[in-house]
Amino acid sequence: MLVQQYYQNERFVPDKEMDACGLFGVMHTGGVRFGGQMAIDAIKNMKVRGSGLGGGFAIYGLYPKYKDHYALHIIYQDKNMAAKKVVEAFLKKHFYVVFDEEIPTNPDIHLFAPPLAWRYFVAPQKGSAEENIPDDEYVISKVMHLNSHIDDAYVFSSGKDVGVFKGVGFPEEIADYFMLDKLYEGYIWTVHSRFPTNTPGWWGGAHPLSILDWTVVHNGEISSYGSNRRFLEMHNYYCTLHTDTEVLAYAVDLLMRRQELPIEVVAKIFAPPMWEAIRQMNDNDKELYTALRMTYAPLLMNGPFTVIVAHHNEMIGLTDRIRLRPITAGAKGDLVFLSSEEAAIRAVCPDLELAWTPPGGEPVVVRLNTRDHLQSLNKSI
Amino acid sequence: MNGFNVKFGYRDNFLDNLQPIDILYKTRVNIDGCRATINALGLKHKELNDLLRETVQRGSKELVINNVFGQRYIGTRLYLPSEDKLYIEVNKFPGNDLGTFLNGHRIVVQGNAQDGVGNTMDSGEIIVHGRAGDVTAMSMRGGKIFIRDNVGYRTAIHMKEYRDKVPVLVVGGTAQDFLGEYMAGGMVLLLGLNLQEGEPHRAHYIGTGMHGGVIYLRGYVSEHQLGKEVGVRPLDDQDKENIDCYVREYCNHFGGNPEEILNGSFQKLVPVSLRPYGQIYAY
Repeated sequence: MLVQQYYQNERFVPDKEMDACGLFGVMHTGGVRFGGQMAIDAIKNMKVRGSGLGGGFAIYGLYPKYKDHYALHIIYQDKNMAAKKVVEAFLKKHFYVVFDEEIPTNPDIHLFAPPLAWRYFVAPQKGSAEENIPDDEYVISKVMHLNSHIDDAYVFSSGKDVGVFKGVGFPEEIADYFMLDKLYEGYIWTVHSRFPTNTPGWWGGAHPLSILDWTVVHNGEISSYGSNRRFLEMHNYYCTLHTDTEVLAYAVDLLMRRQELPIEVVAKIFAPPMWEAIRQMNDNDKELYTALRMTYAPLLMNGPFTVIVAHHNEMIGLTDRIRLRPITAGAKGDLVFLSSEEAAIRAVCPDLELAWTPPGGEPVVVRLNTRDHLQSLNKSI
Repeated sequence: MNGFNVKFGYRDNFLDNLQPIDILYKTRVNIDGCRATINALGLKHKELNDLLRETVQRGSKELVINNVFGQRYIGTRLYLPSEDKLYIEVNKFPGNDLGTFLNGHRIVVQGNAQDGVGNTMDSGEIIVHGRAGDVTAMSMRGGKIFIRDNVGYRTAIHMKEYRDKVPVLVVGGTAQDFLGEYMAGGMVLLLGLNLQEGEPHRAHYIGTGMHGGVIYLRGYVSEHQLGKEVGVRPLDDQDKENIDCYVREYCNHFGGNPEEILNGSFQKLVPVSLRPYGQIYAY
């Protein structure tokens, strides 16, 4: 870790302001792919929310040519070629690698300690004992193995037709470094600026955090990280990235993909109504919300947070129940925006039709080919 | 900046790479008598605020700032010993902490404002032709704020008053949770003009920890929406006079029929205890 590498101990790490990450997400509900200019300009507009110690993008609809293969973005810290060898031997054993290459970067952009970034397009190659394991589970178990057993190798993203590009720097520098505006298009872009909570900025810990095609960008601090992590470990998710947001990525995968709960319910697990509010509900709701709080108590996310969660066909904005971090949603035609600040949306979409701010704990759900995002409008300001 | 920070990659995004003030003044400001039109497109907040100060020191009394997209702290650092008051028009979308520590000037926003409008404002006026975000009027200690539409969480948190300095916040729409949290003085008037007939206000935990000042609500709230530290009281003549005065002022800014608004039912929320936490830190 960086602390051991550059400082005698944590006391010597420079002071950081902990309070104000910048988040931005934009989705075309018609599924039309577009370039990164809006996301880059918007996060640049909120530069004061960042610190130059972390930034990253998640892009959906990224690899149409390989959309049936898992795209693994893997970084090797300190350009550790020995780690690469071990990883590639592992991949060869457990996957069919149909194509791999170094992720192209711009040599003119100088960032802090850039690792080697490589992408592999793979299909599972299961042994006879593993035949009955679904593909997604299989990939997760292998990603967990790579992250937790091989030093200096971290899987940035592992979904189909999706990719995460992140690192240490301002997000616009990360975009320049990976040449996002020139090389890629997608129908969802989410972006984050500032470092991962409770960690000096490092490449693996920058947001978005992801597993399969689930990505999370987060502003705030999840103080329930310890209990969340222990609960997730019981379900075979291992936290290796030294930052709180990781639990959110695994929790949405557990609840939404494996347990098939809709986001409207998941939002009430992460940010449940206060007991006092539950007492005011009708009997049906009272039973539901009590059951959720009892069953999923270890997945309650305590502390201030605003997150933008995305996976294929869906982008979700959610805050903690007393909204200790800001969020604004905006819409114009088929484009829907989520942002830490309204001005950033206005800057990239001057003729915005709608801007609204939902109450704490109320998700804004943007779905492909629907107008579901407008459901939160009535409760908003 | 110490060597660690440089090695670490940390940069100061408030002070790095600022354009010199002379060049900004030459390229960004258009003077017409005492009126200055300023193009803020792409400026950092420090550049813009330096530029506002420079423009004022060169004699402008009316500042019209165009192409504002999220620059923070507009209106702060404009203290004038001469007691002259400025008129500042913001087009359109100011950033957080608009009018922080505002010293007697008048700010008009032709769009939505973000979080922290009038943070620790001392005197003057802020008029927002749109909505405002969270912690509007936070720690405000004097002057007036008028918001045409809704406001977000924790509006008027820790607003305070001292002798003749009594801050006033008037909101045309409704508010989100924790309205008047830890309020210690001043006056909040919430008109609820965009609520449906009979629809209650949306805020919960209204006046939690409140121990001074007064909140006037037009429309309805249920008992469970109120914090433990406030009680509902009937209006006396002084209250009616206050409401009448500020509703008319609201209508002067944004239009609307004051008689119609005044016909609605008003409630007065005041703290039921002076020092709710007095026992906690005492032994």
